[in-house]
Amino acid sequence: MRWINTRPSPGAQLALTLLPFALLIVAYALGSAARLAENANDKLLPNLAGFADAIDRMAFIADPRTGDYLLWSDTGASLVRLLSGLGISTAIALCLGMLIGMLPYLRALLSPFVAVISMVPPLALLPILFIAMGLGETSKIALIVIGVTPTMIRDLALKALELPREQIVKAETLGGSSWQIALRVVLPQILPRLITCLKLQLGPAWLFLIAAEAISSDAGLGYRIFLVRRYLSMDVIFPYVVWITLLAVLMNYLLDRIRIAVFPWSELEKQA
Amino acid sequence: MSALSIEKVWKEYGDQIVLEDVSLTVDSRAFVALVGPSGCGKSTFLRMLLGQERPTRGNILLDGVALPSEPGADRGVVFQRYSVFPHLTVLGNVLLGKELTASRYKARLLGAARRSAVEEARQLITEVGLAGAENKYPAQLSGGMQQRLALAQALIMRPKVLLLDEPFGALDPGIRAEIHTLMKRLWHETQMTVVMVTHDMREAFTLATRVVAFERRRDRPEEKERYGATITKDISIWPPRIAGAASIFGPDRDGPVASPGHRRDDLAPLGDI
Repeated sequence: MRWINTRPSPGAQLALTLLPFALLIVAYALGSAARLAENANDKLLPNLAGFADAIDRMAFIADPRTGDYLLWSDTGASLVRLLSGLGISTAIALCLGMLIGMLPYLRALLSPFVAVISMVPPLALLPILFIAMGLGETSKIALIVIGVTPTMIRDLALKALELPREQIVKAETLGGSSWQIALRVVLPQILPRLITCLKLQLGPAWLFLIAAEAISSDAGLGYRIFLVRRYLSMDVIFPYVVWITLLAVLMNYLLDRIRIAVFPWSELEKQA
Repeated sequence: MSALSIEKVWKEYGDQIVLEDVSLTVDSRAFVALVGPSGCGKSTFLRMLLGQERPTRGNILLDGVALPSEPGADRGVVFQRYSVFPHLTVLGNVLLGKELTASRYKARLLGAARRSAVEEARQLITEVGLAGAENKYPAQLSGGMQQRLALAQALIMRPKVLLLDEPFGALDPGIRAEIHTLMKRLWHETQMTVVMVTHDMREAFTLATRVVAFERRRDRPEEKERYGATITKDISIWPPRIAGAASIFGPDRDGPVASPGHRRDDLAPLGDI
């Protein structure tokens, strides 16, 4: 049988899914054990007990100086920044993307501009943001917005433009005005794409968030990682990285569930 | 009334002449089939009737008034594909026309207005044989059912003119025959003029009152660009078919037809209607 026609059984599928994760953990455990055998005070690859201790310290014991539970206060600070950044981006991208996709005049006006703006490397703008907006929350949220919005606008405009012309004409023959067609035909059809687009932008958004926090902040997941780097606290950094990854995976999953629950037809279309 | 008159219409794209000197008068409640080889401009002609494109020269009049330069509610359309909205259920698709006309800003109906619109939509859905599928999405329907839905969606607007662009071309023959019966019945029962583009001669002669052929008079490669297609044949079906009147010569799905019972692309458990 050709390789392209062989498929794993459900059990094998699950095993194969878990295999890389298991391998990673085993490889780490072996490396960690080897290093700790040589030097019990090694800080680079702590063992599970070290992690458990660090997680306990960060998540469940109040910080003696501030009285905060650091993991949770960091997560809260980061999520507020991330979600406000993504929220603002989504709102802007939805409005502009739809307008560019639907109205030829606005497309002529904005489409090339957005294309050029999306090529500006956002991190290169970070110093400007810090100078112009100060070191507070505004500049961090602005960085996420600047980094994520142009791509989202382009993606949504493309999707709006991709809607078959027949549909728009049909809506016109049903008496629809531009506004009504935007509201009842275009908007509902690009919302699922908006969610997919948001999913894809989670990665860049985290990147910009951590970069901004690393440079100037007093709380946040990225801030903490870069702070404890000075003490080689791998026992804190690794759990934080895993936690960030988990948060991202969870958001990813939730966005997909939301799309399927709210727009059941988008899943049907995919299968059709 | 809904008579169309097309006066010396030309359509050019840059140097390329697609249609030249097309003149045609379509009586109210006629059923005109446009036939011709691929690429001869039948669909372009239909798009001009629709208002999606404008003639380069010449005029198109509907009841003596020049057609507006964009599609509107007086002309309904069914395309071969993408005629229905994938994000709306069957009921939502049929309701949409009502909602767009009645509610200017929200484009939604509420309360009593909605109930009466739903009532009307359901009636139409039953009429095209989709009863029971009201809450399905188009992706869950077969091709034939999607086209029935597209017809219902267009008909709820009570258009003066219904334009069909190869609407049944992608359906298999059995289902096509069934939808022909439906089409014929709808044409008899409503007040509209129908213009249909088709590749299928049998379809043209089965349904239409008049078959109009488009063709390029000069079709050598070096002439292709500068000579467009025009009407070369204009055949009135005999014996004449008259909307609303049963034909006495009716073996081949002629005349108003009673609902033939169960159809092939109906939902399975529905049984006879």
